[in-house]
Amino acid sequence: MTSNIVSIVQISIAAVLIQNFILARFLGLCPFFGVSKKLSSATGMGMAVVFVMTISTAFTWWINESILVGMHVEYLETIVFILVIASLVQLLEMFLQKFSPHLYESLGIYLPLMTTNCAILGVAIINTGVNQFSGSPYTLVESVVNGAASGVGFLLALVLMAGLRERMELADIPKSLDGLPISFITAGLMAMAFLGFSGLSFF
Amino acid sequence: MIVTNLKRGIITENPILILALGLCPSLAVSTSVKNGLGMGLAVTFVLACSNVIISIFKGWIPGKVRIPCFIVIIATFTSIIHLLIKANMPFLDSQLGIFIPLIAVNCLIFARAEAFASKNNPVVSFVDGVVMGLGFTVSLSLLSGIREFLGANKLWDLLVVPNFKPMTIFILAPGGFFVIAFVMGIANWIRSKKEAK
Repeated sequence: MTSNIVSIVQISIAAVLIQNFILARFLGLCPFFGVSKKLSSATGMGMAVVFVMTISTAFTWWINESILVGMHVEYLETIVFILVIASLVQLLEMFLQKFSPHLYESLGIYLPLMTTNCAILGVAIINTGVNQFSGSPYTLVESVVNGAASGVGFLLALVLMAGLRERMELADIPKSLDGLPISFITAGLMAMAFLGFSGLSFF
Repeated sequence: MIVTNLKRGIITENPILILALGLCPSLAVSTSVKNGLGMGLAVTFVLACSNVIISIFKGWIPGKVRIPCFIVIIATFTSIIHLLIKANMPFLDSQLGIFIPLIAVNCLIFARAEAFASKNNPVVSFVDGVVMGLGFTVSLSLLSGIREFLGANKLWDLLVVPNFKPMTIFILAPGGFFVIAFVMGIANWIRSKKEAK
């Protein structure tokens, strides 16, 4: 039991800070630069990612374990995962619309973007590999924690970036660097700060 | 026709530097020229093949379910190239890691399927796929060349300048952001100069 908790803590700290999905692993950059212009939309997008990632990791883990590995067709994982994620997103959209219109209003417009977000498929594929801390395959709990924590890391980076970009609107930026390039430089400086976390070693 | 198409793919509509599509792999794998070139060619293969198939079947795919259909077609070719790389180039497979299966969700391929292949005939779509893929490959190789030289003082695993101390930060994550920022900035600057003329 204790080893379980230890591994959960390790996975979450690694996913949020040390191997932040955006700033260290470079996953999900398109939404990161696309939706980080305003803080409110960044928060909505980030929440939607956390939500979908947590649910989709549970589903893809189960499908991988019971169907793909059981039938020795692991090579189909890309196609199967992508279809599962796409239909899950569609299902979630309909479910939210019916049962939680309020949540649907705040997350709704970001949900269709999830299908082509490489962070979602990325975490599903990472979860089929080996847990870097224990050296054994991810269990269901570990992969869901990994999904949720990666989503939180995404949310963190996205919100920080949106805050910075809102300030940058007022700054005097060289014309050629205006827009995307200056955002890349900002992200680079953030990535440098997050590089400091790689010194974290625990347990 | 070939020259104008190539110019379009590599310069005026460069996928990474002008259209800013497919950013995730272009930052993640551009740590060495070998990786960049391998990734670029893999994307070119998937892009050209999926463009052809999508433009052949464009009449049969209903508009409402076109995105899932595109996804399945693209993911199929991604799986093919993933298995080919795994079998023939295990070195490249271990270097690129999860970014090969992630070609399936590359926004460049989606954008071309949606904006080009679903409206044009197979031959033109194939040309567009190859040209756009080459543009992606060229800019990816450029980025990885800069990063490999500054970060490891190497090009294609060969030492470039003796007695030059490389700056490791350029191979790490922040360096990727800085390099693409300045290359994009230079591209913007050249473009604005041309427009001013």
